[in-house]
Amino acid sequence: MAKPKIATTSLAGCFGCHMSILDIDERLVDLIEVIDFDKSPIDDIKTFTDRCAVGLVEGGCANEENVDVLRSFREYCDILVALGGCAINGDIPSLRNTVPLEECIREAYFDGPSVYNPDGVIPNDKELPLLLDKVYPCSEVVKIDYSIPGCPPHAEAIWIVLNALLKGEPIEIPYEYMRYD
Amino acid sequence: MSSDPRKGVKDICSRVANDRTRLMDVVRDVQATYGCVNDDAIDLIAEHLSMHRVEVEGVVTFYAFLGEEKKGDVVIRVCDDVIDEFKGSDQVVRAFCRELKIKIGETTPDGRISLDSTPCIGMSDQAPAALINDTVITSLDACRAREIVQALKKGSAPESLVTTLGDGNNSDALIGAMVNNNIRCRGEVIFAPFADGVAIEKSLAMRPAEVIRDIKTSRLRGRGGAGFPTGMKWDFTRQADGERKFVLCNGDEGEPGTFKDRVILTECPGLMFEGMTVAGYAIGAETGILYLRGEYAYLRKWLESELEKRRSQGLLGPSVCGKDGFNFDIRIQMGAGAYVCGEETSLISSCEGQRGDPKTRPPFPAQRGYLGYPTTVNNVETFCCAARILDKGAGWFAKLGSDESPGTKLLSVSGDCRTPGVFEVPFGISVREVLGLVGASNAIAVQIGGPAGEMVGPDGFDRAIGYEDLGTGGSVMVFGPGRDMLRIASRFMDFFIDESCGYCTPCRVGNVLIRERLDIIRDGRGAPEDLDYLQELCETVKVCSRCGLGQTSPNPVLTTLKNFRNQYESRVHAAAPGLRSSFDIRAALAAGEDIAGRPSEHF
Repeated sequence: MAKPKIATTSLAGCFGCHMSILDIDERLVDLIEVIDFDKSPIDDIKTFTDRCAVGLVEGGCANEENVDVLRSFREYCDILVALGGCAINGDIPSLRNTVPLEECIREAYFDGPSVYNPDGVIPNDKELPLLLDKVYPCSEVVKIDYSIPGCPPHAEAIWIVLNALLKGEPIEIPYEYMRYD
Repeated sequence: MSSDPRKGVKDICSRVANDRTRLMDVVRDVQATYGCVNDDAIDLIAEHLSMHRVEVEGVVTFYAFLGEEKKGDVVIRVCDDVIDEFKGSDQVVRAFCRELKIKIGETTPDGRISLDSTPCIGMSDQAPAALINDTVITSLDACRAREIVQALKKGSAPESLVTTLGDGNNSDALIGAMVNNNIRCRGEVIFAPFADGVAIEKSLAMRPAEVIRDIKTSRLRGRGGAGFPTGMKWDFTRQADGERKFVLCNGDEGEPGTFKDRVILTECPGLMFEGMTVAGYAIGAETGILYLRGEYAYLRKWLESELEKRRSQGLLGPSVCGKDGFNFDIRIQMGAGAYVCGEETSLISSCEGQRGDPKTRPPFPAQRGYLGYPTTVNNVETFCCAARILDKGAGWFAKLGSDESPGTKLLSVSGDCRTPGVFEVPFGISVREVLGLVGASNAIAVQIGGPAGEMVGPDGFDRAIGYEDLGTGGSVMVFGPGRDMLRIASRFMDFFIDESCGYCTPCRVGNVLIRERLDIIRDGRGAPEDLDYLQELCETVKVCSRCGLGQTSPNPVLTTLKNFRNQYESRVHAAAPGLRSSFDIRAALAAGEDIAGRPSEHF
């Protein structure tokens, strides 16, 4: 029987949650015995090749590409897990939510104290995804099945959740592995 | 009044003997004199009262009637309660804005007139209403608003805008208000005739413990809404250790739709002061404080004169009624526009000259209340009942009303009915009977107990008003055909969001999240699972909040979800599988597309 597949992605995040995935350490070898990674930065597969049992999403939605990727995760994954504070709440990227988008861009490309932009250019290539008016937590865009809190979540919590989901067992994370900061 | 602020503020502070616990009086006077409590005034007050400036600033920024920004000489505050809205307050606001050429929250360029909105000012039976400085203007319409602005521009004083006086004592020279009592139904406890001093005389003939026993026997429960047994509260306060004890009367009736205390304070303040004096004797207090909400400042002179009269009759002051060793007097503490101060520990904070933040309980006020001393805090109506019980007997009182809710209750009824006003009815009366009394046979919903209470639909009209089932501090809002329950719930949530003191996260943040989700559903962008989310969120806010405000603020949504579920269900639609219908990618991209000057590549 084919091994179940897992997909992961980092949207408006810092890849810190993916570092936490790597912090599973040598057990990654055990993990790879029972699962395959599909679309994920871990194996650099860019688009889904198959249905996945579990999708881990780091980061919220700050631009149109984030929304596109998140919706494809929802489409291809049986179980979708919001991994870490940004995916759950928007967190640090969402600090811009109290400032109108135009002001954010002006600060970033003109007014910021460290800005050097003699030509006064705002990058605007078609390849650059358009920004959303604000940063949205994943649960406001698609239905999310589970959330693992933390910035980043504890590697042990990720390990426990993945194992429980793959085996169809109840998830029980000991208190010391639950992080809220 | 001194024009030099340095001297003016100094004089104001010396009037309260530079007592920092009287900060509320100081900042109110400074606000009234200078139109604001600005940075300089805050420094001066802090210096004179030996406080940190941040403590003074905290108080100034907490209360709606105080502010650091200069207001106009005349401040118009239009009541934006849902009842006022249904009676046309929007047109009134538009008329004020047009005539004054300013928006809500602004002041005319000449600095003379400011326009603001304010939550319920206790005039729902004669809505739309507004406060112009301390003067109450009722039954407004656009035409009247224009006339008012024209008169004010010509330099008329706000008091001169009152042309016809209201009924009862409202026409007394000391009140001089156009407010009507609208007493529609008089019962035996509150509105029956009462001879000043009778209850005190009878109390003084007994030992304090016997007075408390009488109150316990009558099974009187608090009239503010929570229904705590009054006798037990007095007993706890009496038995608590403390060199001094205090009696506080909660006259901060801020629950939207409640205005029965306004009528008591106008028509029978003597009965209330009598009850406070009896409580003072029973618990061993020498000082009583009536906390009067800022919106009722127009009653202050009248109440002060009533207190003066009682002093001259020997019903207050040293050796009350000639009883050696029982000295008792009452002072009035004015509030400054904060709903949360109706919560007893917030009320105590406010009396102590602090922000109206609730305190952690325990210790309860009966153990450590005002200034740390044992304190009993009761509602205006509760003190009236207590006085009547001492006069007519505990057994007589206990026979009125229903089993668990003895006595009568004042209901203040407003909204879509023929005769809004105050009704003194026996507890146990059904909603349907009340609707009959007020002329609202076609009502589709009744909000019992204010926004913090329950929205009852026709299925529940046979339910009884009383602590057994539908508890209420007195607010009964009637809604007729065509009223949108979700809109009403949303307006109630706006109220709680504004009035949350911000101390605890469940209340400060949770109420906003509730309102946001509710508005998504009202917009037709909600999905069926949003109803479960709302339910869960509401329950979280109730359980986790620190005081009564957050513990009841989700009720508008919870009770409409329960009693008017079809109104929610008809507005939610299942989203495409896995997606959220509340997320609108086109709207989220509009600003980005505009800035980039190109359409989205993805959507």
